[in-house]
Amino acid sequence: MVDKNALGATDEPFTMDIERGKIREFARATMAHSPDYLRAAMPPIPPTFLTSVSFWSPSGEGVFSKLKMDLRRLLHGGQEYRFFGAPPKAGTQLTVQTRVAEIYEKEGKRGGTMTFVVTLTEFKDESGKVVAEARSTAIETGKPATDGGSQ
Amino acid sequence: MTSWNDLNVGTEAPPRIVGPLTRTDFVRYQGASGDFNPIHHDEEFAQSAGYPSVFSVGMLQAGILAGFATDWLGADNVRGFGVQFREQVWPGDTLTCTGKVVDKTEGDGERTVSLELVVTRDGGGAALKGWATFAVV
Repeated sequence: MVDKNALGATDEPFTMDIERGKIREFARATMAHSPDYLRAAMPPIPPTFLTSVSFWSPSGEGVFSKLKMDLRRLLHGGQEYRFFGAPPKAGTQLTVQTRVAEIYEKEGKRGGTMTFVVTLTEFKDESGKVVAEARSTAIETGKPATDGGSQ
Repeated sequence: MTSWNDLNVGTEAPPRIVGPLTRTDFVRYQGASGDFNPIHHDEEFAQSAGYPSVFSVGMLQAGILAGFATDWLGADNVRGFGVQFREQVWPGDTLTCTGKVVDKTEGDGERTVSLELVVTRDGGGAALKGWATFAVV
């Protein structure tokens, strides 16, 4: 069950080094072909690369440890990234902080209450400028899924 | 690189077909991203949760769609990208990425195009729907 007391919770800010090898690994895993990722000396991050932030969170899961969501009933509803200028490049050190922005419930079509959890993660560069923002919607279904929806 | 004058509302990207996806593709993505939810690689765990088998990581098809878009309009140019997940993607699925320009705007010293993006499963519906914005010169 989602712990609703986690609304507004933030994790401790931590740093994330953008590494060239991880960018190439990620670009290959997502089947991107651009030499901007695969050949460049200082490649920019692919748009969804910031999902690998979990490698850098000291606890491994950040605010999700407070949310106590059940992995068997966990769905990923949606994910968004915004970049305030060109995406950060290899060599950049980002400071990362996530907060639980929204928790709300809806009745599921297949029965049971679905709980939606929206988290917002802010990424700042070495100068303190916010260079990217990620918004994630996770859903805990009322009962274990049998078909459709889960990601 | 595709320029502002080449892009009009309705302009479509050359489609990209990937797959059939394998469990190895899922595991490679999980290793690259750090998301080790066992439901994407542990058959017993997936079945205990009521699924016939493991299934793909939603963020894998999101990443494939993002790479399709940045390969078209430039890795440095992307300013926003988002997806909503629809149908699950299973081992053996072949995916088609499509995208088209739905808006062009000028302002704040940057010219921006907005894209509507879709990943479709072979023999199925939309696995995910997405959007992106790109700065274009």
